[in-house]
Amino acid sequence: MYPSNFDYVAPTSLDEALAALSGSENAKLLSGGMSLLPLMKMRLVRPTTVVDISRIPGLDTITDEGDHIAIGALVKHADTASSELVGKHATALAQAAGTTADIQVRNQGTTCGSIAHADLAADQPAAALALGATMVAASVRGEREIAAADFFVDTLTSALEDDEILVELRVPKGGKSAYAKLGRRGGDSDYPIAAAAVWVDASDGTVADARIAVTGVSSKPYLAVASAQAVVGTDGSGDAIASAASHATDDVVVLEDLYGSVEYRTHLASVFVKRALEGVLG
Amino acid sequence: MSTTSVMGGIVRRKEDPSLIQGKGNYVDDIKRRGELAAAFVRSPFAAATVSSIDTSAALELDGVHAVYTAEDVRHLGLNPAQVAVGTLRPFLADGVVYHVGEAVAMVVADNRYVAQDAADLVYVDYEPGDAVVDLKEAFADASQVHDGESNTLLTWSGHAWWEGVVELPDPSPGIQEAKERDDTVVVSLEMVNQRLIPTAIEPRAVLADWNSGYGSVELWSSSQIPHALAGAIGVIFGIPSNKVRVVAPEVGGGFGLKLNVYPDETLVCFASKQLGRPVRWTETRREAGFASIQGRGWIGTATITGTKEGKILGYELDAICDMGAYSQNFTVAIPLLGLFVAPGQYDIPTSYALHCVVTNTPTTDAYRGAGRPEAAYYLERIIDAYAREIGMDPADVRKANYWKSDQFPVTTAVGMTMDSGDYEANLDALLDRAGYEELKARRDAARSEGRLLGVGLSSYVEVCGFGPSALAGLGFSWGGYGLPTSFNGSGVVRVQPDGTCTVTIGTGPSGQSHETTWAQIVADGLGIPMENIEVQHGDSLDSPMGVGTFGSRSIAVDGTATYEATNRVREKAATIAGHLLEAAPEDIRFEDGSAHVAGSPDRTVAWAQIAESAYQPHTLPEGMEGGLESSVVFSPPNATWPFGSHLALVEVDPETGDVDLLEYWATDDCGNVINPMIVDGQLHGGIAQGVAQALFEEAIYDEMGNLLTASLVDYPLPAAGNLPMFSLDRTVTPSDVNPLGVKGIGEAGTIGAAQTIVNAVVDAVSHLGVKHIDMPLRPKRVWQAIEDARN
Repeated sequence: MYPSNFDYVAPTSLDEALAALSGSENAKLLSGGMSLLPLMKMRLVRPTTVVDISRIPGLDTITDEGDHIAIGALVKHADTASSELVGKHATALAQAAGTTADIQVRNQGTTCGSIAHADLAADQPAAALALGATMVAASVRGEREIAAADFFVDTLTSALEDDEILVELRVPKGGKSAYAKLGRRGGDSDYPIAAAAVWVDASDGTVADARIAVTGVSSKPYLAVASAQAVVGTDGSGDAIASAASHATDDVVVLEDLYGSVEYRTHLASVFVKRALEGVLG
Repeated sequence: MSTTSVMGGIVRRKEDPSLIQGKGNYVDDIKRRGELAAAFVRSPFAAATVSSIDTSAALELDGVHAVYTAEDVRHLGLNPAQVAVGTLRPFLADGVVYHVGEAVAMVVADNRYVAQDAADLVYVDYEPGDAVVDLKEAFADASQVHDGESNTLLTWSGHAWWEGVVELPDPSPGIQEAKERDDTVVVSLEMVNQRLIPTAIEPRAVLADWNSGYGSVELWSSSQIPHALAGAIGVIFGIPSNKVRVVAPEVGGGFGLKLNVYPDETLVCFASKQLGRPVRWTETRREAGFASIQGRGWIGTATITGTKEGKILGYELDAICDMGAYSQNFTVAIPLLGLFVAPGQYDIPTSYALHCVVTNTPTTDAYRGAGRPEAAYYLERIIDAYAREIGMDPADVRKANYWKSDQFPVTTAVGMTMDSGDYEANLDALLDRAGYEELKARRDAARSEGRLLGVGLSSYVEVCGFGPSALAGLGFSWGGYGLPTSFNGSGVVRVQPDGTCTVTIGTGPSGQSHETTWAQIVADGLGIPMENIEVQHGDSLDSPMGVGTFGSRSIAVDGTATYEATNRVREKAATIAGHLLEAAPEDIRFEDGSAHVAGSPDRTVAWAQIAESAYQPHTLPEGMEGGLESSVVFSPPNATWPFGSHLALVEVDPETGDVDLLEYWATDDCGNVINPMIVDGQLHGGIAQGVAQALFEEAIYDEMGNLLTASLVDYPLPAAGNLPMFSLDRTVTPSDVNPLGVKGIGEAGTIGAAQTIVNAVVDAVSHLGVKHIDMPLRPKRVWQAIEDARN
């Protein structure tokens, strides 16, 4: 649990950080360190340079941008969880952030860090998917936007290039969303065994649009497209919800581990799609 | 006892101000000039021969001082602090490795980072063999862990567990006869009591400083047993025990995992001796799954034969107990501790066979409760199954088979004499307080709405307070291993010349609040204020000879020694005060920091004046020796037998199998209580660990012997937020084997908890046809059990 040697830089501007990142082979970004440091201590990751972005001003805010809210790279899970803006316009993300790991981790780790880490069972990526969020990636080459649906590539692999920093998460306003989960220590405590985030636009009694994301079940958090289709155009009744739940793992390879068989996880994905939908349509 | 009422009262912990400010001195806080750091090269295979070890690349790395292998330490022989059964663990693997993580080489370098870099550069050639991991396969002995040796080290039998010492009539024929009767039922379950990884917040840590000038060694270790460790180090290196100083400073959690003399403790001494520099090793969190002992790991079949009216005519347990790859400090004696309490609180014929079996996994040994939680689990689970089978309330079945309070002392079916108990009153107190009948009604009402509530109950009896020094004669103690140590309690009470007091004891805390509790005993006896009493411990040369902290033993044994020493100091002080006040010693009363004459509160002399006189012998009564201290060694005539009853209310999510522990009540009886807050604290932690076994924790190995749960991500520990506030109460049945009437409380919560939870969960789903679910009751298992029962 002692990392191998690495260089450490702590830039105080985004430009310096981007330069450090592009100028170094095998550099890693450090913000909260809740995912990177354990991997380094187990020597599963051996960066040559650690670029600590935590001293860059201006990245730790949650702001109302009219049609969306913007969550900066250094916003902690605890801040996301307790933000009135997030709670009101992106309920699923607030709920997901509020059940991420434990209080100590939530006070240290960052929402954007969790998303960039792209763990197969992380909470907040599922919320980002369901909410149709946009990730803003910066590099010395400029800025680009990546849709959440395109962001999660595989286990611990995102669409970010090696020289890019996820500087902002943009979550569109509108609709209602919820997150429902079973964690490893029961209830919503700890790392998800399976969880679902849902977003619906159902202001006039009919579900006009919906997105449903599932995490903890496959090699990455994913959008359950067939589930969403099953509920769009319906009145959101129990039958529609049941139908959506039954498609939770369509076209997905369900994985098993010490906490669940393929059969159990397939079942849980349905249960939590159902419960999350009940949370917004009930 | 005097009138100063610090005994039995809630007194705030003397330990906390330093600990909560981060000012406690743990091993890693203690620095020596010029110290080096060690790291270990550990086997990736569970069974392999080591054909060669290439240390050259590691030795070439800047900052590396030495790399040691078995060849370098073979001359030290074997660790003497081990039960000498089967193949014993060498200090470093000598040509063969028997479990993943076994240390093959030790690197010593300038610091822990370089040491780890160098460890990664040691190239070991392994020829892997087949690992024996599955416990039933190991017991079948188709292939051996240690060539040419049966995997079964020994089998403990309930009625004749120690040849020539305990030999009772064999209960089996009687039980067999009962089974064949028409009016009896036989209920049997195979159950797993899974292997656990004891996890202390502070991992083990050692620092050795060998001084060739003095010909002595100092060793700081996060250990529960500094005296035994000192004895072992002296024997291993061939130096007298008075040249070995072992210090256990603050110890950040023990739970039994620091109750071993470990190879690394010897190896850092060796390296320090060789290199002439202090050498440190701190266990990493991940290493803790390999380098320290683990606990539990039984598979057993429990059977009850009884009448349809609830009278138990026979209890049988046949279990295979996983010892891991080597027997260590107590290893094979852990199942024996379970056997001591096999019949629990009941007057029932008991037949036990516990097979101690080796596997290619790390060694098991004492983990909080050590054999007794396993024993309570099997008994109290099968009693519940029996009650369900005959349609009786599980509380009533228990009552029908308890020993009655007027029968004590009783000799149990395994030949143990239990000091005192009032089991029925204890259970009734619990049931009344929790509203047992209302809980059952609430469960039934919820069930009719499709919700799954369950009520679970357990009794338990514990054996602790070790102990009678005759136990050492059985061989399972450091005295029995030929080490120059003690198997007694000890306490030294000294009043300083300024009237303050130091208390030095042969046992030390790893969270049990010795400093507060012992100060209460002394404050009560001498009338010296708590803040003027300092309790010292953990130094093998400066503390009186002791055994250490384990088996809930400290208060009953070392506490009693301190109590007796306090009495002797008070007697002498009364004579001095009588002399100063011109009164008879028997008329002297001690209170609020001074002595006064009974009935004359103004005729008073402060402790400082009494002490000053004691250290100025010319002022003392003619012929009295100077000084004001007493040192007492105490060996009790018997162990103590705490007991209690626990009750849980759970709700199971029928869709996911998730278990929600809604409420938990415990009524425990540990005899007299010195500090209720500290007793409750021990219970809260103990119950949490028992609940964690029931719901969360499990050490899982694959068939190759790889530990799949080496990280705390995969080995979930309980957090406060996962638990309800436990509702605690107690009955008080004093022990008669020590004058304090105390029994011990360190392990009771753990012993009572796991089966309480499982009984509650099975109760919640039994109407669906579920008879048993093995721990940990992770949602997937509960869900699967419901699915299986439905289909």
